[in-house]
Amino acid sequence: MAYQFDFAAVWAYHEMLAQGAMRTLALTAVGAGIGVAVGTLGAVVRAWRLAPFDRVFGVYVELIRNTPFIVQLFFIFFGLPSLGVHMSEWQAAVLAMAVNLGAYSTEIIRAGIVATPRGQIEAAASLALSRFEIFRHVVLRPALQRVWPALVSQIVIVMLGSSVCSQISAEELTFAANFIQSRNFRAFETYVVVAVLYLLLALLVRQLLLWIGRRFVVGRPAT
Amino acid sequence: MLVRIDGLHKHFGANHVLKGIDLRVKEGEVVALIGRSGSGKSTLLRSINGLETFDDGLVEVDGERLHADQTDLRALRLKVGMVFQQFNLFPHLSVGRNVMLAPRTVRQTSVAECESLARAMLAKVGLADKFDAYPDQLSGGQQQRVAIARALAMQPKVLLCDEITSALDPELVNEVLATVRQLASEGMTLIMVTHEMRFAREVSDQLVFMHQGRVHESGDPKDLFAAPQTAELAAFLGAVG
Repeated sequence: MAYQFDFAAVWAYHEMLAQGAMRTLALTAVGAGIGVAVGTLGAVVRAWRLAPFDRVFGVYVELIRNTPFIVQLFFIFFGLPSLGVHMSEWQAAVLAMAVNLGAYSTEIIRAGIVATPRGQIEAAASLALSRFEIFRHVVLRPALQRVWPALVSQIVIVMLGSSVCSQISAEELTFAANFIQSRNFRAFETYVVVAVLYLLLALLVRQLLLWIGRRFVVGRPAT
Repeated sequence: MLVRIDGLHKHFGANHVLKGIDLRVKEGEVVALIGRSGSGKSTLLRSINGLETFDDGLVEVDGERLHADQTDLRALRLKVGMVFQQFNLFPHLSVGRNVMLAPRTVRQTSVAECESLARAMLAKVGLADKFDAYPDQLSGGQQQRVAIARALAMQPKVLLCDEITSALDPELVNEVLATVRQLASEGMTLIMVTHEMRFAREVSDQLVFMHQGRVHESGDPKDLFAAPQTAELAAFLGAVG
């Protein structure tokens, strides 16, 4: 007997899916914002070898990049309360995403910084700019420009990875999917729809971030 | 004396690249540093604004002293401008912004003043119409002239030029040399490392021939070109034609 597809059984929950998708986006926006800020700080500290913080960031980067995201998330949500640090599922999800992206973006942005041609820095130094002024005006924007596509990819990866936040009951898109298929028993249809939604979200976020990159990071009219 | 260099020594590891350099440059003087690659001329030039550290000796520009272990270079660099072989314009900033950056950031001049200053400097190097262009839209010669305008915008007492035509296509060399010639005629103090021998002879007041980390011979360029006193300078001039 052939399986009878029933996507209407998923459509019945479209409001829930829409809400889940919006929450996934919101989670990504906040997590990525904090994560990239942390990454920029870490990149500077590591690129300039500011002791002792460069060591601290070095350990942080290795720790995060060599452990699974879900373990990091569980540690924050289930582990930290043992030390008296309690968080809502949303706070834990945002924190885990920011911490995770912070480590990856530290290395991505650092690569952009160390690729700055030495002559650029010498030219700025010879104009009497201080180290900080050189970083702010001469190094940072071209560095972000160089690594922007890699950074965007990493943000998309983190967004897709946020699906595991459903495991701590953060009611984002995958949580909605799990809920729906447990009600309508239409696992195939539900996960097909959710996969397509993730695909669309990823494409949207990627295009949006690349546009932001062209508009604000490159910051010059197209030629 | 605008620039005074006394007993400058510099090592790169075991390599003794500057072996006690003394140099005096008067205000308005144009000094050409020549010599083979590896003779230490670029290192000497880069020591004058602290891009290279040195191990012993003293650099003084307009009363601002630089010692071997000094780390605060701001006061010195306010008096010394520099133009590089590779132009080193900031690729993400328009030509105008390249020129405005240092006056705005370092001297905290108002934006409006910076802009008129930048326009004046660009006009001086013949690029008034390129204010809104980006470096990669310019030829090498134009980029180098922007770099000169950028350095001039900080009103330096002395301008260092490090082989500023060496990365240019031959047909673009002259426009840059013409700009330097004009600066020299306006009384700008210039210290330049150059391979353009004819230019050095015509424009400079003092020719300094460096050889193996020392000032091997120096003096009036016309005398030196006509009658080099040392075999090394004669050989060098013969080799470069």
